[in-house]
Amino acid sequence: MGDILAKYNLFAAFWMTIKLSALGAVGALLLGTLLAVMRVSPVTTLRAIGTSYVNVVRNTPLTLLMVFSILGATFTLGLSFSDQATTNAFIWACIIIAVYHAAFVCEALRSGFNTVPQGQAEAARSIGLTFAQSLSQVILPQAFRGAVAPLGSTLIALIKNSTVAAAIGVADAAGLMKTISENETGTLGVFGLFAIGFVILTLPLGLWFTSLSRRLAVKR
Amino acid sequence: MGDPLVLMKDVNKHFGDLHVLQDINLGVDKGEVVIVIGPSGSGKSTLCRTINRLETFESGTITIDGRPLPEEGKALAELRADVGMVFQSFNLFAHKTILENVTLGPVKVRKMSKADADKHAIALLERVGVAHQADKYPAQLSGGQQQRVAIARSLAMNPKVMLFDEPTSALDPEMINEVLDVMVELAKEGMTMVVVTHEMGFARKAANRVVFMADGQIREQSTPEDFFTHPTSDRAKDFLGKILTH
Repeated sequence: MGDILAKYNLFAAFWMTIKLSALGAVGALLLGTLLAVMRVSPVTTLRAIGTSYVNVVRNTPLTLLMVFSILGATFTLGLSFSDQATTNAFIWACIIIAVYHAAFVCEALRSGFNTVPQGQAEAARSIGLTFAQSLSQVILPQAFRGAVAPLGSTLIALIKNSTVAAAIGVADAAGLMKTISENETGTLGVFGLFAIGFVILTLPLGLWFTSLSRRLAVKR
Repeated sequence: MGDPLVLMKDVNKHFGDLHVLQDINLGVDKGEVVIVIGPSGSGKSTLCRTINRLETFESGTITIDGRPLPEEGKALAELRADVGMVFQSFNLFAHKTILENVTLGPVKVRKMSKADADKHAIALLERVGVAHQADKYPAQLSGGQQQRVAIARSLAMNPKVMLFDEPTSALDPEMINEVLDVMVELAKEGMTMVVVTHEMGFARKAANRVVFMADGQIREQSTPEDFFTHPTSDRAKDFLGKILTH
């Protein structure tokens, strides 16, 4: 196994996984928050858009979305971010990961909204805060604190799901594993190594989020 | 005396089939303390909550200081800033400290500087006797302390009128007086107040007028002394008989 490791750059591959996950997570968090706000807003149209988004995206396989970004969006519709195929694939992979997981972030946050008593919003409105101010000052901070644990689970799922990007040629950990197992013999240990790599990424995150959810919990 | 500060005219509201507010006409003058009393489900809390439009209503008008209540949006937010509200369940912002609870409105709505808001807030917290708890979170305080902070939070906006929706109903008996004392002080200082409560002692001590509600209607209005000693309607006699026998 030693010569296999010498031949391939495992760290570069995992670094790609980390970049993909980090950018995807930031995008998913932003889009997911927007969707969650839409789903609890008093405007019927916004609520309908939020609900449809979640239902459509959450029920579509990630692989399908990922492959569509290249075969559909780039090749057929001509939506390309870069002349370099690898850069284009990376950007699309980040977008698809963000778009897909935004639906899950939205639902995690919505469970957080449900932990905030109605009276908090009434008190916020009563001191003259506008809808946007009530949301940003009172409701969202409490909703996030109530949603830390499910958000953590979503992030861990996101990191592991980022491996689907290998399907469109992104040179991440899963992509490298595929290359190795296709080109080398005796790769059973390599599978184990990649598995350990993912555990190293996700296990501390899980522990951190558990302690975070305990520390940030709103005492009522 | 000019127009009433708060004026409700022919206000009607339904909760489904229940006609919870029926042709409500009520004026509250500047500096007046009005107690709203009545059996459970009589619509008294709803009446209180419609005054700053936490509850919508179907017909009629409500004006505050001559301005009709806006339907929604920024104008409504601005009006609410002038109307203090104290809830039965306190509703302090659970993720903010006591001090932050009091300064949030002045900073975000009145655009006061943080330093000025802090100074003002500390003074108000001192007035209601919880300044030493300023850095704690609401859950660390007793119910009576939380409710006094809630009053300070409302006062920080310099409201024209304050609404109290059963402010002592969720409190342990020994904490009721510390809240009522603050309210009596406010009344003495000339604050215009609409108070939904069953506290007879407070009504006798601080109220100018008692409004008795039953089944969504205002049944009678008089001074506290008159109301408690000579209620005119049978409904009021029956109600007082039930709450005064113990």
